[in-house]
Amino acid sequence: MISLAGRDILHAWGKFVFTGVGLGLLIGVTLIMAGVYRGMVDDGKALLDNSGADLWVVQKDTLGPYAESSSINDDTYRSILAMPGVAQAANVTYLTMQVRKDGTDVRAMVVGIAPGGPGVTPGWPLYLVAGRQITRSHYEAVADVASGFKLGDHIIIRRNHYTVVGLTRRMVSSSGDPMIFIPLKDAQQAQFLKDNDAIWQNRRRTRANPAFDRPGTPGLLDAVIDSQSTNAYVNAVLVTLKPGHAPDEVAEAIQRWKRLTVHTRFQMEDILIGKLIATSARQIAMFLVILAIVSAAIVAFIIYSLTMDKIREIAVLKLIGTRNQTIASMLMQQALALGVIGFVVGKITATFAAPLFPKYVLLMPLDSIVGFLAVLIICVMASIVAIRMALKVDPAEAVGG
Amino acid sequence: MKRSPLQGRILALLAISIPLAAIFFYVGLRSGPLAPIAVTVATVKTQKLAPALFGIGTVEARHTYRIGPTFAGRLKRLDVHVNDRVQAGQVLGEMDPVDLDDRIRSQDSAFRRSEAALREATARHAYTQTQAERYKQLFAARSTSEETLFTRQYELQIAEAALMAAREDVARIRADREALQAQRNSLRLIAPADGVVVLREADPGTTLVAGQAVVEIIAPHSLWINARFDQISALGLAQELPAQIVLRSRGEAALPGRVLRVEPKADAVTEETLAKVIFDSIPLPLPPLGELAEITLALDPLLETPVLSNAAIRFEDGKAGVWKLIEGSPRFTPIKLGASDLDGLVQVLEGLDIGDQVVLHSESALRAKSRIHVVDFIQKAQQ
Repeated sequence: MISLAGRDILHAWGKFVFTGVGLGLLIGVTLIMAGVYRGMVDDGKALLDNSGADLWVVQKDTLGPYAESSSINDDTYRSILAMPGVAQAANVTYLTMQVRKDGTDVRAMVVGIAPGGPGVTPGWPLYLVAGRQITRSHYEAVADVASGFKLGDHIIIRRNHYTVVGLTRRMVSSSGDPMIFIPLKDAQQAQFLKDNDAIWQNRRRTRANPAFDRPGTPGLLDAVIDSQSTNAYVNAVLVTLKPGHAPDEVAEAIQRWKRLTVHTRFQMEDILIGKLIATSARQIAMFLVILAIVSAAIVAFIIYSLTMDKIREIAVLKLIGTRNQTIASMLMQQALALGVIGFVVGKITATFAAPLFPKYVLLMPLDSIVGFLAVLIICVMASIVAIRMALKVDPAEAVGG
Repeated sequence: MKRSPLQGRILALLAISIPLAAIFFYVGLRSGPLAPIAVTVATVKTQKLAPALFGIGTVEARHTYRIGPTFAGRLKRLDVHVNDRVQAGQVLGEMDPVDLDDRIRSQDSAFRRSEAALREATARHAYTQTQAERYKQLFAARSTSEETLFTRQYELQIAEAALMAAREDVARIRADREALQAQRNSLRLIAPADGVVVLREADPGTTLVAGQAVVEIIAPHSLWINARFDQISALGLAQELPAQIVLRSRGEAALPGRVLRVEPKADAVTEETLAKVIFDSIPLPLPPLGELAEITLALDPLLETPVLSNAAIRFEDGKAGVWKLIEGSPRFTPIKLGASDLDGLVQVLEGLDIGDQVVLHSESALRAKSRIHVVDFIQKAQQ
């Protein structure tokens, strides 16, 4: 049996293939847009996964440490360790800042990790793509590859120089900034100790205050200045639980007895995805919807105009007595073939284009399948309009002007 | 045989669609969650680990002398400046004596006056004594009355008492003067030991309270580093350990030294163990006090054991282990870890044999059924 659709495609294969490729690029953009949205959500989840924590203990009544600033004393973790159900508790600091290297700077989230090791102390990177974990208690860093740093690089964070000893992948903040892990004490200093000018000015201010610079008590001024440059604060305490303890119960106990706010993993996801990236994610989702609608309209238009191009041939077919069903199936097969080519090209372009984006683009197989089905449905629907036009055509047009 | 135009078109269409389909399947399998995870592999080998401790500290002086007045007063002169070398016993400056000199002069006069009083008392005593002797003899010859003799003896006793009072008065005034002189001497600021002036807190004319330091002197050859080691990685910290000291101002050049002592008191707030590290030879020019130094202490090398980079260690359900390659697929193998060094190598005490291949780096977290793809290095890390 001769495939009418196949014959027609072969007749003008170049046009058909290029239309398919064009359609594919459009579908590719739509897939990428879906990937951008998924990537944003995944960045948020990656942040939570990478911290390795079950509970986040933060300053009372804050949504810290990611969505809001939070600051608690760095010895709070000891009392949390004594709570029932707590396996590990570790201080952590997060600070998004510019990290300098050779005159250039990179926006990064500097994470201060408590002494210990990966797996033992929450907050440490769980796996690396190059190098090793931090072994010295100062001036070593593990950076994410997205920062562009390499092993052995010397980077500057505030007043100190750090050597990059390890690289991670997909360790990003909720806004996609690469993370740089440094020892906690250095990070506390980076976060809470001011720059030299500010320290000098502060000393002068204190000295000018007669309440502190009393002639009768010579040591007072030094004591006051010393107390001004302390940095005994962290942003949060990451807590892991012993097996068999419900996160909610332990969180409730810490909130009740330690007068701090505790977020569970579930609440944290809600904060990150529901609050922190909600607006930008909705923005992207809106874009995705518009793009999908525009794509559907363009697909329908292409199929419609392809059918209109061969309206004379269809009239001839009708003239020679071809059944309507045959003509309809020819048009539908062509539309589906176009859809398949478009999807294949779209998927390929999306996959190759995704790594070029500055932020993470996550192409989920399920999204691709849904996209494929959507493309086929749009093609079928578009072909139905075209089929209606084709069937309404007067056979006389084949011979007429 | 002539090829029909249709065949040509079919071939052209196939030439496009077959590679397209091939790329599509490649893309489907090689990207996203279905793709194999790129990993690098390390082989377990034996090595003698040379563990070391790393800490930071500041340059401090072992002996610091803070010199100041013991009485409140005004600084009259200060002869030394920062960086001056001083000798033990050298006068560095002086407090304003205010009325002290006048009081000493007054005491001098009082002293002389008391001496005169003493001379008067001595003379009176000598006269009354002679009189008493004479009347005693006269009474023995019955030439005078007993009453007159008693009167002379009574006068002698009074003169004796007055003489003693005058003597004591002289001693008192002498002591008072010496006390004032001692006070006067203590107004001089004197260096207690050889050293270098590092701080000059006040200039002449400044009013100071008792105990306030005016100058600070250190013994320059007693410089040491007050080093701090995080308690979690301070195991093995001991006296006499060889140290490499890197001063912040001198870059990477390490100076040799050793641990003088480990402090019996640790810092409870910062969770650090403290130790004093001394230089084998004091670097010249002297490093400024308070300069930051990085200390690396070499511990004794350990016996040869299987070792592994700490990047290979993963945790599953709270247990340390590695992803061991068994017939090309990864399997989580719990291991027991020993000591580690600063280069990231860790001793493997149990769970692995020499020559075992384990996953070192991976592109993403591994699961039990992950497909892996062994590479020399992970592409993204090398870009």
